[in-house]
Amino acid sequence: MPDLGKYAGAILTSWAATLALVVLVIAVSWWQSARVKKKLEAAEARRKGS
Amino acid sequence: MESTRTKQAKDRWNWLWEWANPVKFMALSGKALPWVIGLTVISLTVGLVWGFFFTPEAINFGSSVKIIYVHVPSAMMAINIWVMMLVASLIWLVRRHHVSALAAKAAALVGVVMTVIALITGAIWGEPMWGTYWAWDPRLTSFLVLFLFYLGYMALWAAIEDPDTAADLTSVLAIVGSVFALLSRYAVNFWNQGLHQGASLSLDKEENVADVYWQPLVICLAGFVLLFIALLLVRTRTEVRKRRIHALEMRERMADA
Repeated sequence: MPDLGKYAGAILTSWAATLALVVLVIAVSWWQSARVKKKLEAAEARRKGS
Repeated sequence: MESTRTKQAKDRWNWLWEWANPVKFMALSGKALPWVIGLTVISLTVGLVWGFFFTPEAINFGSSVKIIYVHVPSAMMAINIWVMMLVASLIWLVRRHHVSALAAKAAALVGVVMTVIALITGAIWGEPMWGTYWAWDPRLTSFLVLFLFYLGYMALWAAIEDPDTAADLTSVLAIVGSVFALLSRYAVNFWNQGLHQGASLSLDKEENVADVYWQPLVICLAGFVLLFIALLLVRTRTEVRKRRIHALEMRERMADA
């Protein structure tokens, strides 16, 4: 860990907020993608079944 | 009769319009996605680790210069994502390609997150540098307005049921909002007031930050661009699938009626 001196709080808060928001947008996009993919597979299966 | 030159010009752009076909888009983006994700992970890891662990203190900023590696890329992406949404919206308005409208819609959430990151990290950096978290400085204010435009854009998509009408109206909003996206970038150049300094990255070498900070910053920037492309592909694929589900459900309803 580098010595961040008096700016440690500002640096760590900035980086933590950035990483948290980036992880959040990735997780939301992935979750939405998986949910919609499953829903489409079910709809396509119904179409083929009918 | 079509001239040879016009035909050649059309052929030159064929590769682009192939992405406008939903089936081809799904096939091409499915192949590209693993590569884009791999490059994103590599560039973000290298850029962020280099920037955080291996850069020295700056004369003016001390160690707070390390905030540049999250602040500058997120701010640049916030502006450029809006520009991408503007281009996609114009393609929708002129050529009526559904994938372009869906791509603009898919980009908005990533854009708003980048704007929030830029605002938060800017405020946190501003306190030790300027003595305040916020000032009604031209660049900061236009960034805040850009954030509100992103929220309005997403709300408009959510509020209108007919997807084509929603695409039309959000495209107009994207055109209007582009004024603030450009102001966020250039306000500092033509208003000689405010706290925010000029560009950190520039083609003019004299304006650039020193090489020791610039090199990891460029890698971080590439990482953020690649992250956006990866998320854009994932989210646009989701929107294309949603559209297919809607079409299938409509067909089921017609068959039941």
